[in-house]
Amino acid sequence: MTPSPAAGASSGSEAQPAASAGETWELRLYVIGRSPKCVRAITNLQRVCEDYLPGRYHIEVIDLLENPRLAADDQIMAVPTLIKKLPPPIRKIVGDLSDHERLLVGIDLRPGDHATG
Amino acid sequence: MTSLPEALPGSGLPKAPTGVQGLDEITGGGLPNGRSTLVTGGTGTGKTLLGVQFLVAGAREYGEPGVLVTFEESAEKVAANVASLGFDLEGLQRDGLLVVHSFQADPMEVQEIGEFDFGPLSLLLDDAIKRIGARRVVIDSIELLFAAFREQAIVRAELGRLFRWLEDRAVTAIVTGERGENDALTRHGIEEYVSDCVIVLDHRSHDDVSTRRLRVVKYRGSAHETNDFPFLISSSGFTVLPITSVVMEYSASGERISTGVPRLDHMLSGGLFRGSMVLVSGGAGTGKSTLGGHLIDAACARGERALLVLYEESAGEVIRNTGAVGLDLGRWAEEGLLRIWAVRPSAFGLETHLTILARLLAEHEPAIAVLDGIASLARHSAHAEAASMVARQVHMLKLRGITAMATTLGHEDEASVLGVSSLVDTWLVLRNVESNGERNRLLFVFKARGTAHSNQVREFVITGHGVELVDVYVGPGGVMAGSARLAEEDRERTEQLQRKQEVRRRRQLLKGRIAQKRAQLDILRDELAVDEDELDLLASDEDRLASEAQAGRRAMAAQRWADPDSRDSGTQR
Repeated sequence: MTPSPAAGASSGSEAQPAASAGETWELRLYVIGRSPKCVRAITNLQRVCEDYLPGRYHIEVIDLLENPRLAADDQIMAVPTLIKKLPPPIRKIVGDLSDHERLLVGIDLRPGDHATG
Repeated sequence: MTSLPEALPGSGLPKAPTGVQGLDEITGGGLPNGRSTLVTGGTGTGKTLLGVQFLVAGAREYGEPGVLVTFEESAEKVAANVASLGFDLEGLQRDGLLVVHSFQADPMEVQEIGEFDFGPLSLLLDDAIKRIGARRVVIDSIELLFAAFREQAIVRAELGRLFRWLEDRAVTAIVTGERGENDALTRHGIEEYVSDCVIVLDHRSHDDVSTRRLRVVKYRGSAHETNDFPFLISSSGFTVLPITSVVMEYSASGERISTGVPRLDHMLSGGLFRGSMVLVSGGAGTGKSTLGGHLIDAACARGERALLVLYEESAGEVIRNTGAVGLDLGRWAEEGLLRIWAVRPSAFGLETHLTILARLLAEHEPAIAVLDGIASLARHSAHAEAASMVARQVHMLKLRGITAMATTLGHEDEASVLGVSSLVDTWLVLRNVESNGERNRLLFVFKARGTAHSNQVREFVITGHGVELVDVYVGPGGVMAGSARLAEEDRERTEQLQRKQEVRRRRQLLKGRIAQKRAQLDILRDELAVDEDELDLLASDEDRLASEAQAGRRAMAAQRWADPDSRDSGTQR
């Protein structure tokens, strides 16, 4: 087992395969204002990142209220929408991210079938 | 179209005109203003085009900018697709009259974890409403939204919310959807949320004839036509063709134009009204096409553009045949004034024939159109379809103010079956009459709307220099034409000659007799004179004799010394 900064309590070894050392997770979360769904998504994302990627993630929260046309430019049909820009491949996840296990798969911290989302 | 179409009676609901020719007629003015309309139909039925035309008309003609949200294609592709129909989406966007947002929704790329909403869509719409004053919205299509997400319950609930949001902002929206199985209006039952107006588009084939149809299945609070209406997608966009025009909006022209046959013009009080429709029916070989040739020749000679659509012959045949009677249509074709389109009726479905006609009219912009042999269309398709198709052709021609002539095989009854008779303004009937072993052509005006017309039958004579109308001979045996007419005229001439000769003969005879009598009279007069002379002579002789006798008596008495006669005593003394 290679040393990892991931501080996951129960999933230590399983979290390793995709999270190779030195990589930083560039995450962008599109929200609209402070709607409950959006607030939940921010909370859920931060918790998972803190648990599995401490010090190796960067979350950018974009409030479409400030620039609605960004929704068209960035192809955001629904909120909340999470985009994992790095490491590749780019992933797009829609929803309040309430299922942490699926979120881990979604942002490639755990292997899974992305096609079925 | 710059003025709002008149509403059907009893429809007080505010309407948003679609700018789609025909659709505004059958909906009594357009879609429910400030509400959402569901347009549903199979793939390729024209849903997107209907929506785009609604936006373009709103932006350009009704002062209502719009937003197009498409999940089907990229904005560039949508713009390119409708550019061929003359819709300049990029220009409208530059002018601040249109906003286009396109989303590529690929469910394979998006995962769903937990709840979400369509907030970005309403945010974009709200932005357009604020920025360009958008009053119209088209969402094309909701099926792809459903396809983009796995949680169908969320999509359905969110769409319902979006429609309520649109209603709150009083924008008029078109939402497109696809028809579901078992005749369901949409695959996902979204019609529950869009309950004000539902329009179904259809593209079906019947007897190998493909026809696009539109039906307004629901229009809350408004009278509307519930029939299936054929529609066209042509170079001028989406056009719904009411089978019988619901609202008569053709402008009536008082201008007369020549048919190219002076005596026919005279029969029609000066010619055809510009923009009117004339039907020429008659049996085979009665000269219908020749009459069409005259109309075209006269129009081109005036410098007008003409269109000749042939359903029975080729262009070459017609140029040759009309050339034989002295009409040079080939020259007009070369000069570009005449466009000839020959097509076998069986070559395409009726829908395509109609589309072709629409395209020809748009491209060539003729003032005159001749459709030769329209009855042939009926031979290759269901009768009702053909009748409706012809009605639509007539409608299309009238809308463009084109003076048109349709020729068709058959007599009065047969032609009216095609349903054309009530649509045409003038109806000329050509008839072959057969007698004395020959066929001759007669022409009469069966109907001429708004025109004092001759009730006379004319003989229709095709000569080397075109058609001539000749008075027929109406004798005790009825109408006579051709040789019978000639023979009759000949007989009349002979009779007249004979009468003249007889008179001359009698005059001579009488003159002779008078002369003879005069001569006799002279002789008699001479004889009379002789007799009179003789009579005079006789009288003078008598006097001489009497005096001689008296003298003799005196001499005798003197000789006898007789006593003076008592009788002579006076004389004696």
